Amino acid sequence: MKMIDMTAAELGAAIQKKEVTVKEAVEAVLDQIKKSEDTYHCYVTIDEEGALRQAQEVQKRIDAGELKGPLAGVPVAIKDNLCTEGMLTTCSSKILYNFVPTFSAEAVLNLQKAGAVILGKTNMDEFAMGSTTETSAFGVTRNPWNPEHVPGGSSGGSAAAVAAGECFYALGSDTGGSIRQPASFCGVVGLKPTYGRVSRYGLIAYGSSLDQIGPLSRDVRDCAMILEAIVSHDPKDSTSVPCQDSDFTSALVEDVKGMRIGIPRDYFGEGIDPEVKAAVLKAADALKEKGALVEEFDLSLVEYAIPAYYTIAAAEASSNLERFDGIKYGYRTEEYEGLHSMYKKSRSEGFGPEVKRRIMLGSFVLSSGYYDAYYLKALRVKALIKKAFDQAFAKYDVILGPVAPTTAPRLGESLDDPIKMYLGDIYTISVNLAGLPGLSMPCGRDAKGLPIGLQLIGDCFQEKKLIQTAYTYEKIRGAFGRPEA
Amino acid sequence: MANIISDETIEYVGILAKLELSPEEKEQAKKDMGSMLDYIDKLGELDTGGVEPMSHVFPVKNVFREDIVTNGDMREEILKNAPEEKDGMFVVPRTFE
Repeated sequence: MKMIDMTAAELGAAIQKKEVTVKEAVEAVLDQIKKSEDTYHCYVTIDEEGALRQAQEVQKRIDAGELKGPLAGVPVAIKDNLCTEGMLTTCSSKILYNFVPTFSAEAVLNLQKAGAVILGKTNMDEFAMGSTTETSAFGVTRNPWNPEHVPGGSSGGSAAAVAAGECFYALGSDTGGSIRQPASFCGVVGLKPTYGRVSRYGLIAYGSSLDQIGPLSRDVRDCAMILEAIVSHDPKDSTSVPCQDSDFTSALVEDVKGMRIGIPRDYFGEGIDPEVKAAVLKAADALKEKGALVEEFDLSLVEYAIPAYYTIAAAEASSNLERFDGIKYGYRTEEYEGLHSMYKKSRSEGFGPEVKRRIMLGSFVLSSGYYDAYYLKALRVKALIKKAFDQAFAKYDVILGPVAPTTAPRLGESLDDPIKMYLGDIYTISVNLAGLPGLSMPCGRDAKGLPIGLQLIGDCFQEKKLIQTAYTYEKIRGAFGRPEA
Repeated sequence: MANIISDETIEYVGILAKLELSPEEKEQAKKDMGSMLDYIDKLGELDTGGVEPMSHVFPVKNVFREDIVTNGDMREEILKNAPEEKDGMFVVPRTFE
């Protein structure tokens, strides 16, 4: 097997056994980046020198017996909205084109404690606003399964890098599906943890009540391992929750006997591609054969999740993005007359169209006279959606459905009609509103050869049930493989 | 389109959002916001009487920690990110006359 085809777990074990050095692993992945990055453009920043330097340091600590964990020495790619000390962090926006953070995100520090080697920063939709990675100010990323198609978004660079062998695993962030949907489009595993599991400290905020950091990986074992490394209770994030039931790798058990799996009928209605529907239901049948108790049910309120989400996310974004004013960091306009003109011109020139669209909408729904009718209404609907999930989880351990209605669209087909693009998030978005964990994994390919994603949703803090179900399904499915280069 | 966004509204929202839109961007924003609001109006179909707005999914209360400085002096590194700096300070346009 070529080194870059290894999972993170396989590579980590080979490094511990001294079969492979960290330097060799880093060189192998840098070599792959050189071969395919021109085609796919997964990264905004590639830190070749830094990666080789880290490799040396990590190797020393492994040799000294200080680093014994499964991720020690394994190269990782980080989404460009996670702060990395001393390394450019742009959110794929012109307004942060030159921003070098003075600190690292807690999740990144946790990985570094586990011995991760950071390769660079992955491309994304600007400020994580988008579903295709086409809103990036630094060019589009292409899907490694077919470069004419998008990788999904907003963590499209992370998902594509994992699929293309340009890293062994990656971190992404998920506000409305931004880990799960690109994972689905690129044929990799992605997990959005329960809200509060992973510290958001150092994650450049989009919709703070919805944002969560999570892993993108080659398989379910890697996913569990990475999650175990990044969860922590962090006093610096007031929404961070104390760790509970977080020995995720202990859930890598091939057994779904008695697992109660619910399939929401409302996830298979209008708009779903027949090939996606067939692949997802086939996965459900496979789990049923292994002893899972599978039945259909009505989740309800599905069509209200998107309007509620876009109201809440835009409102929070308009507030969070106020900090980009051209004073302390980032882009400042060349010519201006006075302070307010500088604010307005810096922001108008620095933000792209989708970001401006959401800031405008958010400012409107929070404005006096509309706050109750739009913003508070959306928060009330959020409560109803949460209640619908609570009722479902009284009956089921896991909810199973598609990740997205279709496989990856072609480049350039999505941005013309925002609402159509937003509709693609219909199965992922309610999970963020309710703070639930959701896992995406490949369950087949369509006639065009593009990966189809299966989504498993759990109750809060029940990631282990997702991992156990996913691991069992992965054993039934067999290796999914990577695209041919 | 049920929601017609007036020029005045776009002006006002532009002030709140601290964005200066070109005439073309304004026209596009009027259209986009109108169609988004039409879509969001769907929420009106739901009876939310007696439902408390949910801002946080878990019942969390205020979270406190001791106010202790843990980071060192990073003035130089922080100022490196400033679009303009002078004598260890951020340079900003005149803020009052």
